[in-house]
Amino acid sequence: MTLHQLTVHEAHDLLRKREISAVELTESVLAHIDRHDKEIKAYITVTPEVALEQARRADELISAGEARHLTGIPVAIKDNMCTRGVPTTCGSRILENFVPPYSATVVGRLYDEGAVLVGKANMDEFAMGSSTEYSAFFPTHNPWDTSRVPGGSSGGSAAAVAANETLFALGSDTGGSIRQPAALCGVTGFKPTYGRVSRYGLIAFASSLDQIGPLTKDVRDCALVMNALAFHDPQDSTSSSKSTPDYTSYLTDDLSGVVIGVPTEYFATGLDSGVEERVRDAISRLAELGAEIREISMPHERYVVATYFLTSWAEASANLARYDGLKYGLFAPDAQDIGEAQSKARGRGFGREVKRRIMLGTYALSAGYYDAYYLNAQKVRTLVKEDFDRAFAEGVDVVVGPTSPIVAFGIGEKVDDPLEMYLADLYTIPANLAGLPCISIPCGFHEGLPVGFQIMGRPFAEGTVLTVAYAFEQSTDFHLQRPSIAT
Amino acid sequence: MKISRAEVEHIANLARLELAEDEIEQLQTDLSQILEYVDQLNEVDTTEVLPTAHVVAQEDVLRQDVTRQSLSTEEVLANAPETEEGYFRVHAVLPKGER
Repeated sequence: MTLHQLTVHEAHDLLRKREISAVELTESVLAHIDRHDKEIKAYITVTPEVALEQARRADELISAGEARHLTGIPVAIKDNMCTRGVPTTCGSRILENFVPPYSATVVGRLYDEGAVLVGKANMDEFAMGSSTEYSAFFPTHNPWDTSRVPGGSSGGSAAAVAANETLFALGSDTGGSIRQPAALCGVTGFKPTYGRVSRYGLIAFASSLDQIGPLTKDVRDCALVMNALAFHDPQDSTSSSKSTPDYTSYLTDDLSGVVIGVPTEYFATGLDSGVEERVRDAISRLAELGAEIREISMPHERYVVATYFLTSWAEASANLARYDGLKYGLFAPDAQDIGEAQSKARGRGFGREVKRRIMLGTYALSAGYYDAYYLNAQKVRTLVKEDFDRAFAEGVDVVVGPTSPIVAFGIGEKVDDPLEMYLADLYTIPANLAGLPCISIPCGFHEGLPVGFQIMGRPFAEGTVLTVAYAFEQSTDFHLQRPSIAT
Repeated sequence: MKISRAEVEHIANLARLELAEDEIEQLQTDLSQILEYVDQLNEVDTTEVLPTAHVVAQEDVLRQDVTRQSLSTEEVLANAPETEEGYFRVHAVLPKGER
């Protein structure tokens, strides 16, 4: 096995025993990127100089006996998290030349742990999309079939992990943007509870929904990265001050006494029958492992997409008002006054999808429409959350189902039908609306493409979610399968 | 209900977005289609329902009022398209006739 194929925990063991060096590991990953990223295009920016310097420093820490779990481990970071001195584009022309003067809290933490930044991962512009085709620069290709999308918006992060172009990645998830690409690329993707991981330095899309999380090659790596990411950050007023456990302590294969809720509504029309079969198999496997399976109802599931539209677009239109081309970002020198300068910079800097969402959000928040649209959506959001509260109150520990109703689709196939693409987010959105921790793990293949299985838990019950995910994973070998390009 | 051209132009002005001719037409179609889709929320009886303000209950967070190091002027201005003597340089706020 060559070094770029290692998981985080495997690499850590070899680094700690001094059988490999961080520089060797980093060089192996950089060489693999060099060979294959022409086909995958997972990265907007590759950072070999930063990486090799950080790897040398990591080797010093390891020599001094100060190795932590992520010391010397290569990471790809989605290009909407600020990295001091390294361009951060958010997949947009408007930030094409933006070099942040500070790092996001999570980036600072990974640096403190001794992790090695190999590059900034491609994404749909401002994280708005489900295929990475809305990147202003280029689409990313699915490592399992390069004619297909990797999912999105963290498609670069997911493709990089699946293709072994990094050992792990960070993504962000507003309506499924970590979990859906993880599902379509056959890797593990985790959205923590809202408030569990700091959003400081994450370029905001929809602030009441956004959450940062890891994309990894297996569940153990997910727990290890969560140990580094979960802590209280005074820089983010929504960051939780609850204490964090050692997430690896939840990696057990005992599911006795665990109650698993399966909502009837998650198996409705639109779900591909091949995906449904794999997900039903996964549920049967959980029963074999000792869990109790209980059919439940989520009566407001049918409204989640509309609720998500109004919530996310209204918040996005407000958040993206800051891009005025004055303090940073694209500038319009040919304007006559400040208003025209702003309109021109924004008209030229934002892509089609971002404009569509700003327009919808502005419409929904404009005079006379606020109560009918945004406020009403927040009321329905309460009902969506209450569906989960009820299930948890009745003893359900986790709610499971498919991550995506379909496997990876062809590049260009859905790009002209925005509504159809949005509707494919129906299973991932509820966890964002209700703020719940939620993981997607591989549960098999349909037509040679990975299928994702989703597990949602109570707020701050990341541990329970990881237990169920780990028990399932360890009884299968789906997480060990990699596309041929990854070797 | 189809969104009119005038409505698209009004919203674009509120959002400070300069749109090309073909974008205006496309947005009339897209906005109409998507707003029709979200109208299904009107089926839900929300008369007794409180809107979600925070998904995870939070207490007010206060911090100590202590001074700390901030970014330098150079760092703050480093990404600015135009600067002058330590300030951001911007276009005129009032149109020519009103100055």
